[in-house]
Amino acid sequence: MSNPTIGKTKKKYCRFKKFGIKYIDYKDGDFLLQFINEQGKILPRRITGNSLKYQKKVAVAIKRARHLALLPFVTDLLK
Amino acid sequence: MNNYEVTFIVDPVLSGDEIKATAQVYEQMLKNEGCNIVHIDEMGLKPLAYPINKRSSGVYYCYEYAAETGAIISKMELALRRDERIMRFLTIALDKHGVKYNDDKRNGLIGKVKKKVKPSKKEDTPSRDSRDRDRDGGSSRPPREAAPAVKPAPAPAPAPVVVVPAPVVEPVAAVTEEE
Repeated sequence: MSNPTIGKTKKKYCRFKKFGIKYIDYKDGDFLLQFINEQGKILPRRITGNSLKYQKKVAVAIKRARHLALLPFVTDLLK
Repeated sequence: MNNYEVTFIVDPVLSGDEIKATAQVYEQMLKNEGCNIVHIDEMGLKPLAYPINKRSSGVYYCYEYAAETGAIISKMELALRRDERIMRFLTIALDKHGVKYNDDKRNGLIGKVKKKVKPSKKEDTPSRDSRDRDRDGGSSRPPREAAPAVKPAPAPAPAPVVVVPAPVVEPVAAVTEEE
């Protein structure tokens, strides 16, 4: 009767490990949007589920994109 | 050979020819230094995420090149810094994954991968269901192996006519074993 999925936590995973993505392109702003919040802040690993290795690469890519004005440093209502 | 990538933003107020000429200068500079230009990506006019020098858009260029040493970089960056037409630039060293990524992107492989990433997030739950099914299958297998001689009857039962003799034979065998 009750929903069997209630109370089950969905296991987070690192998408880069799962899909074998080795390089994160700093020029691809749309892809990097998935890893920042509405204010343009980098989301923590506990939310994105990235492994440490790829979280660091994501952070570097976002910072490069910010330098090139592909992503904002600070903003509101980005999404 | 080391692989590098330089991205720069040209002032959009210049005329189209001037913008192209600016890009040509740096292309020529790389060639003069004996660098092998792998690819020139003209990303075109893009809006900036925040204003730079009171401009709200810029013309993006990205040069991927291979050089013997990194000596060219400091020369190039000095020239870029002195150039008033350049609003912003970034030079990075590419690792082997970066080189492969750029190669794949040029061959149109990357766009497809990214499309795969997004739906697969939604497919996440079905894949787990299938895993659960596997687990159930795994748990149900041992009983089948435990009692092979007696239980094949339920499995062939759905098939209609041909299988009928088989269950008949096997119970007989079971009976003989019991006797």
